[in-house]
Amino acid sequence: MRFHFKTSYDHDIRLFPDWYKFSLYAVLLLILLALPWIIDSFYLGEVTNVLIWSVAGLGLMLLTGQTGQVSLGHSAFMALGAYTCVNFMEAGLPFLAAFLLAGVVTGIIGALVAIPALKLHGVYLSIFTLALAILADDFIVILEPWTGGVNGYFAPEIWVFGIEINRWAAPETWYFLTLGTALFVTLIYRNLLRSPLGRAFAAVRDSEISAQAMGVDVARTKTMAFGLSCAFAGLGGALMGLFAGAFNNETFNFLISIQLLMMIIIGGLGFIHGAFLGAIVIAFLPQFLSIATDVLHITVPGLETGVFGMILIAFILFEPMGLYGRWLKMRTWLELFPFARRDMFRRQKSYLKTERLR
Amino acid sequence: MDVLQLLLSGLANGCVYGLVALGFVLIYKATEAVNFAQGDFMMLGAFIMVGLVNPQFMGLNFWLAVPIALILMATLGYLLDLLVLRHMFGQSQTAVVILTIALGFVIRFIAGVIWGHEPQNLHSPLALGDVRFGGVVLSMADIAVIVVTVIMTMLLWQFFQRTKLGLAMQAASQNQMAAYYMGIPVKRVQGAVWALAGVVACVAGILYASKGTLDISSGFIGIKAFAAAVIGGFGSLPGALMGGLIVGIIEPFAARYLPAGYSQIAPYALLIIVLVFRPHGLFAQVRVKKV
Repeated sequence: MRFHFKTSYDHDIRLFPDWYKFSLYAVLLLILLALPWIIDSFYLGEVTNVLIWSVAGLGLMLLTGQTGQVSLGHSAFMALGAYTCVNFMEAGLPFLAAFLLAGVVTGIIGALVAIPALKLHGVYLSIFTLALAILADDFIVILEPWTGGVNGYFAPEIWVFGIEINRWAAPETWYFLTLGTALFVTLIYRNLLRSPLGRAFAAVRDSEISAQAMGVDVARTKTMAFGLSCAFAGLGGALMGLFAGAFNNETFNFLISIQLLMMIIIGGLGFIHGAFLGAIVIAFLPQFLSIATDVLHITVPGLETGVFGMILIAFILFEPMGLYGRWLKMRTWLELFPFARRDMFRRQKSYLKTERLR
Repeated sequence: MDVLQLLLSGLANGCVYGLVALGFVLIYKATEAVNFAQGDFMMLGAFIMVGLVNPQFMGLNFWLAVPIALILMATLGYLLDLLVLRHMFGQSQTAVVILTIALGFVIRFIAGVIWGHEPQNLHSPLALGDVRFGGVVLSMADIAVIVVTVIMTMLLWQFFQRTKLGLAMQAASQNQMAAYYMGIPVKRVQGAVWALAGVVACVAGILYASKGTLDISSGFIGIKAFAAAVIGGFGSLPGALMGGLIVGIIEPFAARYLPAGYSQIAPYALLIIVLVFRPHGLFAQVRVKKV
């Protein structure tokens, strides 16, 4: 067991609480950097897919996990990111500039969309964003000059500093591009949590009314959360579209945003690790199921979504903190052995009261 | 005449949306949760009817199959509450939302395994024949849909206003703790409301399947029913029916008068406009937010 003896306020907000944690993540980074030489190109592609989902998942995590606003509409913002990125590239911008600009544009539009949604709570917000996700499909068809309509886009060639990023010829280039993006987004996320804005996010999540009483500008905080979250989702969407090679209005349908939400819940709501763990589940589950059905010589159409739904139900019922929460519990149990108690992680339950008067 | 025809066909569609929306409202009224799987409930109810009635499955008589299907769906609703949703007691609404979305996925998967992914037609006596008066053609199914929906809404409304169980359901949602103190078995009442929602979904499903083909993604009309429920103001039964009718009527008119590509936007655009300007619907029940 390690003790943290804090002697200054900076200790509270350091990136890594101690050298042990730092070296743990350093080793993880080294392994990730060496990965292209360890595993073959098929699995490298899968890991790239995991990282792309994690980037989008971190976006939703910021909104749902940190700020407590459930969005079922992030597929719309992923589509927006993908289309703006490709449009900037067609306009002649270099890839990196187009990519980052796509994130910024998506973020600004996300913040603008959030403004009318500020008064909406809980279920109403989910329905609002679900409607956005469905409308996105129709708007992509209507805005054909910029989106290619139902024919969609083929991803243009990507060049970064004179190196071609090609999924087939050089999978490691794509891997490093997504790894860089994932690190970049994770670092922003982590730093946000240490900043006043990140604290405001958590305050709004836990209770809007007490946040307001503490002097948090709830409207501004929610708008910022939406903006940043959509920016990350836009980056994730741009990567997903380009990685797929071709995309149209069907690529980012509303089921993607539901999948994204399920992913962060399975991973663990409110934890950065949760986005990555959830992405691993969502990316490898189809592979695992196809291997399993091959072995058993059966074909079940729609098995993937069915199994996914069942896993999610099991998690919500038995482990609402997700995979990372399970790990936290196991780690605490080991660290405190034999003094860990079950109630240490007990959730507070509350009785419902309606907001309706009749 | 053209307008009248559009209006009537819109009404019939709107009634189906209204019935699904009634299911949302029932559960919301009694448990403060929103059942995102209500559309899939409807699909499942319709498929149970297909399984009972169609000759390639069991080939029962339609009128014999209706009560069996209703009882099956009521049991399913009650069991879902007993086995799954009761464990969510006292947790956030968000968790319930996500849980019901997942339930919808599972229901769609199970229906796909049992009845296949091809579109099916229910052999329904309602699907026969058209009625025409003065140049307007209306199928028997449409008339049946409208009549049944109006009767269902009236019955449910009176049920919530007049009966002891209905009042207990409202009390359980308004303040769970106080309802407990008053001796209301809150958990069992919630089970009853899930069973009731199953019945309503089954009725909606039978009517939907009588009007046209059915496949496992039929449940997605639940999203349009959301629009209906929100427009009516979640928590108001007549409001849900009104909302359903508004959505149902807007659709054929948008398809007729708006350019292609814009028409399917109409219900969702209306949903967003209502949410932004009248967040609690046209029949609002919330006036002040309490701490």
